Amino acid sequence: MAETHLKAARPISPRPLSPHLSIFRPLITMVMSIVHRITGAGLYFGMALLAWWLIAAAIGPGAFDVANAFFGSWFGRLVLFGFTWAFLHHLLGGIRHLIWDTGAGYSERARNGLAWATLIGSVILTLVVWIVGYTVR
Amino acid sequence: MRTPLSEVRGLGSARGGTGEFIAQRVTSVALLFLLIPFLILLVALNGEPHQRVVETIASPFVAILLVAGIAVTIVHMRVGMQVIVEDYVHAELPKFALLIGNWLFSWGVGLIAIFAVLKIAFGG
Repeated sequence: MAETHLKAARPISPRPLSPHLSIFRPLITMVMSIVHRITGAGLYFGMALLAWWLIAAAIGPGAFDVANAFFGSWFGRLVLFGFTWAFLHHLLGGIRHLIWDTGAGYSERARNGLAWATLIGSVILTLVVWIVGYTVR
Repeated sequence: MRTPLSEVRGLGSARGGTGEFIAQRVTSVALLFLLIPFLILLVALNGEPHQRVVETIASPFVAILLVAGIAVTIVHMRVGMQVIVEDYVHAELPKFALLIGNWLFSWGVGLIAIFAVLKIAFGG
């Protein structure tokens, strides 16, 4: 049987498979990598909130008021603030990946520098976006 | 004698992988330009009355920015979520269910959002 052949071909003692996340000291590169994936997944579902807000605006004032009661509340603003931060963190993390795609930025210094720049840059950019957003209102 | 290579020979490749790899990078470059104005718009309109939100979205450049931003994001997030599913879900049935659900969710959300912008922009 093919099945038994497959089993026989496997090594008796399987080689260890990485990554053993639980035994590593957290490194900034590893944390930013995980955050990149988490923000990506969060933004994925956050797009449904954007669709709700837009379709409510398209339906009319009644439906919009319901959506606006959420988005205009302090909690809604907090969600939007988190959404913009997640977007900008993911954007900067994406730039990091585009740099890596060219083959550059793999030295220890560059890796750590890019990881910290992603984190610090995302916070600064979020504040800039909110300041500009409130200025142009 | 079967080696690990022989186990996968003849199963065929997924074919579309390279196209999605490229699409993920092209959409990410597009979003470098679209995302910041997109977010500023959302912050500026947050909590504003219906009349003002609709008037702003109806202006051509804002409507184009929104439609472009949404369409590109939908392509990007569909591929991104597919990578996550393929990384963590290995059983065939749940994997295919999630991959199909991923397509439906992404384009469902995209359709609603884009239709809403166009309806407002065309004066409905």
